[in-house]
Amino acid sequence: MHVTQGTFSFLPDLTDRQISDQIEYCLHQEWAVGVEFTDDIHPRNTYWEMWGMPMFDLRDAAGVMAEVRACRDANPNVYVRVTAFDSTRGWETMRLSFLVQRPTNEPGFRLDRLEAEGRTIRYSVHAYAMDQPAGRRYQPDQANAAQGDRR
Amino acid sequence: MSVPGPAASFETASSEVVDLKALQADTDIGAPIAELDRDLVGLAPVKQRIREIAAFLLVARAREQVGLAAGPPTLHMAFTGNPGTGKTTVALRMAGILHRLGYVRKGHLVSVTRDDLVGQYIGHTAPKTKEVLKRAMGGVLFIDEAYYLHRPENEKDYGQEAIEILLQVMENQREDLVVILAGYRDRMASFFLSNPGFRSRIAHHIDFPDYDASELLAIAELLAAQSEYLLSPAAREAMIDYITRRQQQPSFSNARSIRNALDRARLRQAMRLCAGNAVATREALQTIEAEDIRASRVFAT
Repeated sequence: MHVTQGTFSFLPDLTDRQISDQIEYCLHQEWAVGVEFTDDIHPRNTYWEMWGMPMFDLRDAAGVMAEVRACRDANPNVYVRVTAFDSTRGWETMRLSFLVQRPTNEPGFRLDRLEAEGRTIRYSVHAYAMDQPAGRRYQPDQANAAQGDRR
Repeated sequence: MSVPGPAASFETASSEVVDLKALQADTDIGAPIAELDRDLVGLAPVKQRIREIAAFLLVARAREQVGLAAGPPTLHMAFTGNPGTGKTTVALRMAGILHRLGYVRKGHLVSVTRDDLVGQYIGHTAPKTKEVLKRAMGGVLFIDEAYYLHRPENEKDYGQEAIEILLQVMENQREDLVVILAGYRDRMASFFLSNPGFRSRIAHHIDFPDYDASELLAIAELLAAQSEYLLSPAAREAMIDYITRRQQQPSFSNARSIRNALDRARLRQAMRLCAGNAVATREALQTIEAEDIRASRVFAT
């Protein structure tokens, strides 16, 4: 199942050139660009791991791209996203976030139903990958395949 | 089927002609160089080198057009010279020039010294240096007094770590940024001796010569004109006198000494005007007289 989270997620995955152009746009808007990664892809999980601090005062996308590549190399088979934070007063929030890496195999989600008081049903979304402990949620042998795809 | 021989392919290659003059007009290469000629006095070898670099970048572009190999040239530079010979001034302009020549994408200058690159404790240096490098991407990184990065007396100094990261980026991301090192001649020489990797990764070692007396006078007049002052004819004579005397003294630092002398002359001019008549004409306000210059300590001996 192709996870659709963040901007551009209904498009085919962006190439590095396209990622670089999007970052270039963010920097032009004077947003602080950061790189984050996670293996817990639940839609309500907003707390991804930060790959270093958000980068302020950058002028060119090359610096961010170096971090994106470093993050992919260190975490080859998880989700990686680029975020852009707008510090303008009144906004002070994330203006843009998009995936720049996904695992080769995305097993998807199942819907859990919980019967509560009366005939109430409570629903929850559960990612199949979450059945594995952290660090083993996406198979390492697929990591190599993912790297092969990108090159 | 016959395969076209080397003669045929040579013929097609020679028929592809690139109009260098048109390309030059397109890229507006003349303007930044003319500006440099106008605003900076002397520095003939420096201007010559910049002209060479401009021509080289133009040819690189032409080669690209006809499909010849055009790898990104290495443009890292080292500026060496005595105090006040214009190293920092030229570096500031270099970013703009390289941007207009289309070599760097953004054309901003990040000016740093040892403190901005080297950390305070173990593990602090690498992120700090990388942070600076990321900020400089797409522009020029200017490291003033680069020899302070290397402290031979302390082998545990974190400067070495910064040097290694710098070298790595200078080598691998040549198209993303240009590094300019600057410093006094003798100390840069010993810095390069102890860091041979640096010497070989820098393609352009540009030496800034000392200014001679006539150039210094031209600088004085240019500086005065920039802040809308005028040297009276007598003051001009006094300035020539001042320059010859000042050059003999120790701690003479070329254009910087001249700038300081002018600043002090402006102070004395202000004192003279305040002590004198209650009204001052526009002319009086902008003219520096001989007495403003001759009051200097340099004439005391």
